[in-house]
Amino acid sequence: MLAQSTASEERKFLELKPFSDEMVVSMGPQHPSTHGVLRLELRLDGEIVREAIPHIGYLHRCFEKHAENLSYQQIVPFTDRMDYIAAMNQNWGFCLAVEELMSADPKFAGVPERAEYLRVLAGELNRIASHLLAFGTYGMDIGAFTPFLYAFRDREKILFLFEKLCGARLTYNYIRVGGVSRDLPPGFLDDVREFIDYFEPKIDEYNALLTNNKIFLERTIGVAIMDEAMAISYGATGPNLRGAGRKWDLRKDEPYSIYDRFDFDIPVGEEIPGAGAVLGDCWNRYKVRMDEMKESVKIIRQVLDGGLPDGPIVAAMKAIRPPAGEVFSRSEAPRGELGFYIVSDGSVKPVRLKAKSPCFCALSALQELSRGLMIADIIAIIGSIDIVMGEVDR
Amino acid sequence: MTTQEIFSRLQSKFEDNDISIETEAVLEPFIVVPSSLIALISEHLCRESDLAFDSLQCLSGVDLSASDETMEIVYHLFSMTHQHDLTLKVIVPKVEPHVPTVEHVWKIANWHEREVYDLYGVVFDGHSDLRRILLPDDWEGHPMRKDYKEPEIYRGMKVPY
Amino acid sequence: MKEAVANLKDEDFNKNIIVTSIDAVANWARSSALWPMTFGLACCAIEFMATAASNYDLDRFGAGVPRATPRQSDLIIVSGTVTLKMATRIIRLYEQMPEPKYVISMGSCATSGGPYWQHGYHVLKGVDRVIPVDVYVPGCPPRPEAVLEGLMKLQEKITQETFNGPPVVPFLRKLLGNKTA
Repeated sequence: MLAQSTASEERKFLELKPFSDEMVVSMGPQHPSTHGVLRLELRLDGEIVREAIPHIGYLHRCFEKHAENLSYQQIVPFTDRMDYIAAMNQNWGFCLAVEELMSADPKFAGVPERAEYLRVLAGELNRIASHLLAFGTYGMDIGAFTPFLYAFRDREKILFLFEKLCGARLTYNYIRVGGVSRDLPPGFLDDVREFIDYFEPKIDEYNALLTNNKIFLERTIGVAIMDEAMAISYGATGPNLRGAGRKWDLRKDEPYSIYDRFDFDIPVGEEIPGAGAVLGDCWNRYKVRMDEMKESVKIIRQVLDGGLPDGPIVAAMKAIRPPAGEVFSRSEAPRGELGFYIVSDGSVKPVRLKAKSPCFCALSALQELSRGLMIADIIAIIGSIDIVMGEVDR
Repeated sequence: MTTQEIFSRLQSKFEDNDISIETEAVLEPFIVVPSSLIALISEHLCRESDLAFDSLQCLSGVDLSASDETMEIVYHLFSMTHQHDLTLKVIVPKVEPHVPTVEHVWKIANWHEREVYDLYGVVFDGHSDLRRILLPDDWEGHPMRKDYKEPEIYRGMKVPY
Repeated sequence: MKEAVANLKDEDFNKNIIVTSIDAVANWARSSALWPMTFGLACCAIEFMATAASNYDLDRFGAGVPRATPRQSDLIIVSGTVTLKMATRIIRLYEQMPEPKYVISMGSCATSGGPYWQHGYHVLKGVDRVIPVDVYVPGCPPRPEAVLEGLMKLQEKITQETFNGPPVVPFLRKLLGNKTA
């Protein structure tokens, strides 16, 4: 079978007849630095990018169509595969939406206490794992290979913990509607504490390695400034919005689950006039992720020190049949605010499920952010907004 | 501000009998808006300082049933300044649906509207770049509609299992 | 010269001369240095990255130099769901790879569509509908150990290749217990 031409996607720009000194280069979909199957159509004037148009959809796996044909519990593994790096938080976001809709039914007792603590434990560990991968791959994109190996070494420890907890390394299907699927194995909390004690000084080591590295600073400081107004208009949330200086985190501002019981800070970007760091540049977005790992360690420590209450791990219910109605609920995933819009007609399958993906919103800003920059800066931007194509395309 | 107060504000400003509020909704009420007014209402909601809905959280198309003749476009708005939220709905016919675009109000609407066009076939009038975003350019049909049948073959590749 | 030949003793042969076949040498060289192309599509790519990282180390198999360009790689590990939009690009990339080239289909999505087999209108139900696959590694995602086993199975398959005929014949013969005809 011959390779078919891809002329249909480039039709728009060939019709515009690019100027004779401009070059149209396709970056991706197979590219080591595009964090997945993203295609950037670059209109270049030498090294300067006149326009970078993102083309997505190379990983469109029809998640929403599947959701209309499967029951709520069967949809949970599919949410894993949306943002596969932070799968626990995806499960959690979906279960929160279904539980919010079910709370309109008086027979639903709510998620048990023990399950909430287990959810926080799993979610925060996964946040650390996700930020570690963002740190490692960002370093690799910029050109430093060592952070990648260090990040994966620590990620392996977290994945080993998850494997003990629920049996899977990457796509967990652990947080289910009404609770969690399994209780803790014996000795698990000691293992988590051992990991936390090992990991906390490592964050400072990684900051010394990459965050304050002169070459890294030159590549990322002052590059692609997305200020607060632009971030809000483009729907960028999570570290992309906090890097622009806005202290907004759903865990503190609209607390869900039991996050209001824990004491933690929300790191935001900062202006450092001496170094040239501006609010909303690549360095600040990246720095927020490193600081967030410290806060997650704090939360996990509080969960371990406070002790987990006894009790069931899943709410008792016959079938997951939310009342007819609709709900839009958001939760704080590592990449931003993950939203689920569910329309139910009272049966076991949803009528409509729409996943609002934070990476989709952040990526839409790429076209405006990249005008006038160089190709190497495009790599720095993509790494700093930290996209996962499974979530962008769903 | 609650949805009821915003509804009264919109009714007095736009004096259109087609703006209605659905209070029987299970969790939160939502406002149904005629498609001709959605762009003006969005601008009003975003620019007014005490409403300040500066964030479009989600723009989705909903097709409730294959036998229905209409579809819904649902807008979830949120205000980062006042921290109140609002849900707007626009009912469009399935045959030749047209809705004015809101991409000049919230920049993220550009991509969200392209996605609704791609998956549901709704044309957003005034959109700067309305083309398919998730599916290939030469795809036929709009998959998220309830009456969609997947193609047997696409560019020489068999599609069903 | 005649003196040098006359002075050669039998022990010298063992140190300096190896008798082998071209098949064996070529297969040993090809299987010990399989350079994969960086081709991560979805979740399996993360497990592939974990395989290439320090804990499960792909480098000790000779495969730790992922090349970004298909022109310099021997192996394409299709890790992740192949969508119809991406399938046309995979064909193009596969055709750009020089011979000998091998394909490992990693994960259940690349093997047969994975969890998206039922309602995935945009998912290609198995990458073997567009390119020929040598080894299938099942799993969702497969553990790094499974990926390494798949790589080792591919190395086994390569050692069965011969310059005299299609590569699959000796492998099948061995698999069926050398029952000829």
